Order: sequence, then structure tokens, then C-alpha cells
Amino acid sequence: MKVLVAVKRVVDYNVKVRIKSDGSGVDIANVKMSMNPFDEIAVEEAVRLKEKGAVTEVIAVSLGVTQCQETLRTAMAIGADRAILVETTEELQPLAVAKLLKALVDKEQPGLVILGKQAIDDDCNQTGQMLAALADLPQATFASKVEIADGAATVTREVDGGLETLKVTLPAVVTTDLRLNEPRYVTLPNIMKAKKKTLEVLKPSDLGVDVTSRLKTLKVSEPPKRSAGIKVADVATLVSKLKTEAKVI
Amino acid sequence: MTTLVVAEHDNASIKGATLNTVTAAAQCGGEVHVLVAGSNAAGAAQAAAQIAGVTKVLHADGVQFAHGLAENVAAQVLAVASAYSHILFPATASGKNIAPRVAAKLDVAQVSDITKIDSPDTFERPIYAGNAIATVQSSDKVKVLTVRTTGFDPAAASGGSAAVESTTAAADNGKSSFVGAEIAKNDRPELTAAKIIVSGGRALGSSDKFNEVLTPLADKLGAALGASRAAVDAGYAPNDWQVGQTGKIVAPQLYIAAGISGAIQHLAGMKDSKVIVAINKDPEAPIFSVADYGLEADLFTAVPELVKAL
Repeated sequence: MKVLVAVKRVVDYNVKVRIKSDGSGVDIANVKMSMNPFDEIAVEEAVRLKEKGAVTEVIAVSLGVTQCQETLRTAMAIGADRAILVETTEELQPLAVAKLLKALVDKEQPGLVILGKQAIDDDCNQTGQMLAALADLPQATFASKVEIADGAATVTREVDGGLETLKVTLPAVVTTDLRLNEPRYVTLPNIMKAKKKTLEVLKPSDLGVDVTSRLKTLKVSEPPKRSAGIKVADVATLVSKLKTEAKVI
Repeated sequence: MTTLVVAEHDNASIKGATLNTVTAAAQCGGEVHVLVAGSNAAGAAQAAAQIAGVTKVLHADGVQFAHGLAENVAAQVLAVASAYSHILFPATASGKNIAPRVAAKLDVAQVSDITKIDSPDTFERPIYAGNAIATVQSSDKVKVLTVRTTGFDPAAASGGSAAVESTTAAADNGKSSFVGAEIAKNDRPELTAAKIIVSGGRALGSSDKFNEVLTPLADKLGAALGASRAAVDAGYAPNDWQVGQTGKIVAPQLYIAAGISGAIQHLAGMKDSKVIVAINKDPEAPIFSVADYGLEADLFTAVPELVKAL
């Protein structure tokens, strides 16, 4: 069984982003970019399934600008066997990404597709579910445990009150939550090996997908600033401030 | 123009997040209808009919809806979707699971986690862990939205008198099934709805200390307990207590952060709280930059003192 893993190149999670002064977006020129943390977890899970023998091939997929090749090389250094880049300079929204992934699912026929639960830039949390809908596959979102047996995946999900376990028939779409696994560090020999692995480059038009944006971003602004707080000297002052000044207790 | 709210419920009653979503729905203009898809969920449908501002409740009953599986609930929403200009879900684990499935089948973009409605087609939503607010305009015929509950006041749970209409239940998709659930038992207020939250981080050091130090304070204040990712990953607190970009988004009246450094990802989940108190012994901790009241002290002495002083 093949596994398809979708990875996104995003602003590194440690970077404090700045808003462009004209309000047209976030300034991402010259900031550090990395693989979306949830996608690292997705690649790690796919590679672990391969190591357990449940999977034969791991294909990493990314969509976007040429530099996404670096993200795919990272995925291959973690252990993905080959990679596909759908290259475009257009802004891709989740619906377009889901349609492109659906075309790749039709082409590659994977038994499982693993995505991160959300990208830390747009914070959408949509693509996996949209892909499942378009490809008419069952979905198991926010996974913290995945077991494959007898043509089905048993997936434990993180839900609001605790955990929930579902069984979905394969092929299926799984999105990863933080606690699914701890991604391994890539080693230098594996980075060198990853350079020799196949990386296929396609265009959205090769897949026959229209990637036009449906949502127009009118402006991007700073969130309201909190007014500066004060430091209190001791617990007694804190309690009296909370009682008399803030009136919250 | 009519808006559909897809209710989150436990078959007997309506979950609080649905009430905030109804408020958002009313701001889209037009009538507000609520869909209750459940198993023996007449109680939840009745409760939905009482919500102020709701004019009609659609009730679909079937065992396939018992556990809110995305495939089946999405099919039910799609079965009634043609009558609506806006379809709203609360941005909870359940809403986030189902809404994109509905949007994709309708071939429309979805807008996640909206915090403000500027007009029926223009919405505000936080991006980059809440470090920027994007105003987006949708050109789609149907707007599928998930609503950040802390962005909207809850609608009154009583005072409404909507008609409950039964609707044909969509068939079971058959590709997924519910195996079981481990729902944490908790007598405390629900984290996302609590007025006061006491939250702990890595500095607590162990699960025992976490409970020993923070529980008395939470009890005293009638507060919910929260945690940072570090505390959850270390096993000091259960996963569903995590506050942050990838956990719960909260905005209580008072948020007490004890032993939490204040990483970007944690702040994303709590910086809309009315009053933030930070107790940390590191004067450089970023949490002090958002705290209204900062106490630079060892939490193991300061928190028990605080309990005594209350």
C-alpha cells in the first residue's frame, strides 16, 4: 500500500511575523521557512508505518513555489521514498490544494493519505477534510494514534472532551494532531541520500485543476494591542488589585 | 437570505458553542434555522427551538448520527443546504471536522474561525497564531463558516419558540464507524465557557504537583483548569486542557498563568482574556508582556499564599 503525505512550506513557527505597512499581507520576504510542524508529524507517521511493514511506499507531495522542493527534500530525508511538487506561483487556498491532491490521489491510488491537521500560517484546518470529501473517502481528523489492519485504520482522535476512536475503511484520509508522534531529526547521511531520490515536478494545468482563489483578502491588520500591565510586589497586592481595580474576583 | 446553524449537541441538550454560533448567524442577516442531526435527539431539537432568535429547527434522526461522524452529518447538511445562503458551524473539534467536508462538496471555500462579521460576505479571522487579523471577502454563492465562539456572545438559551420540523435522514455512508470514547470526567466548568481559568505550565514539574498546587486555587475561584503544551506533553495534564493555537481558544474574565513562559502558540489561545495574571519567577518570561498583573515569584509559594488570601 502506498501512502501519500502532503507537506506545506510555511514561516518557521518561532518567527514573530510582521504585517506589511500597506496592510496587504504578512511580510514573509527573508524570513526563515520550514516544514509545517503538523506535516512533519504526518511524514514521521507514514515512515513509521513503512518501518512496521504496513506500507510499501511513502510519497511526499507539496504544492506551491519552486522553493517547496527544499521541504520535499526534508520529507525524503525523514524517509519518504519519492516526491511530487505541483509548482505554481499562484496563492493556493485549501479548496484548490484539496482539488490538486484529489487529482494526485486519482493518479497514484494511495491506500492512505496523511496530512497535518492545520497549517500554522493560515490556521485553516480544512484541506484534509476537503480532500476526503472530494475523493469520497472517509476521514479521521486530529489523530493521536493510527493502527492499520485488515483494510481499515483504527484511529484515536483528540476531541474536545477527551479522546474518541474511529474505524475507517481504507483508502482513507488522516490528519495528524500534535501527540501522534515525535518526528525524528534528519541526519546528514539521510539528507545526502534524499538528494538522489526522485522529485517529479508538475503544473496545476497538468492535473486539470483550476486554482483560482475564491476568497479575497481585503486587508491584514495587527490584532488589537493589550495595554501595558504592571508588576505587583506580592500576593496581597495582587489580590487587592484583582478585587478593587480589575473587579474580576 | 437564510442562515443554517449546524448544532453541536449530545442528543439530549445543546452544547454552549451552538449559542455563540446562533449570535453570529443572526449577524449574517435573514432568518436563522438550526439543524439537529442526532440519534433520539428530540430533546436537543426542543432545546434548539428555545434559543432566542431561531425561527426553525430541522431535526434529522437516525442511529448513523449517534456519534457525529463527519461523513454522515455532512451528508445531512448537504441534503438541506440548497435553501441556505450561509451555513455556520461552531469552531469546535466537531465543527472543524464537518464544515470543510460540506464546503468541498458544495465547491465553495470555507472561512475558518471567524471572529467578526463585517457584512454578509466579509469576515475577519485571525491568522499566524493570532498575530494578524485577515479581512476576507467570499465570492461564493454559499458561505460556509466556522465561528470562533469567544468572538461572539452566546444567544439566550430560552425565550425562543421555533417550530421543530422533521426532515428525512441521510443514509449511512458506511465507510467509518465509532469504536469508543474516553471522555474525561470533570466537575469543573467547561474550559471554553469558564469565567476564570487557572492554567499551569512546565514549571509545575509533575502531575501530582500540578493537581496539588493548582486545584485548590481553581476550587476557590470556581475556575476551570488549563495547561500549556509543555505541561500536556510532559503528562502533567490531559490533552484536552491545552490552551493555545492547537488546543482550545479561551477568553475568560480572568486567566491566571502559573509557570507558563508564554510562547506565541500559547498566547494565541488566551490573549483575548479580559484580565491576565502571570505568576513566574523568570522576569524575562514573554508572558509578562501580555499580563495585566505580573507577579515575579516562585509559584510553589505564591499560589498557596494566593489561595489563603482569597
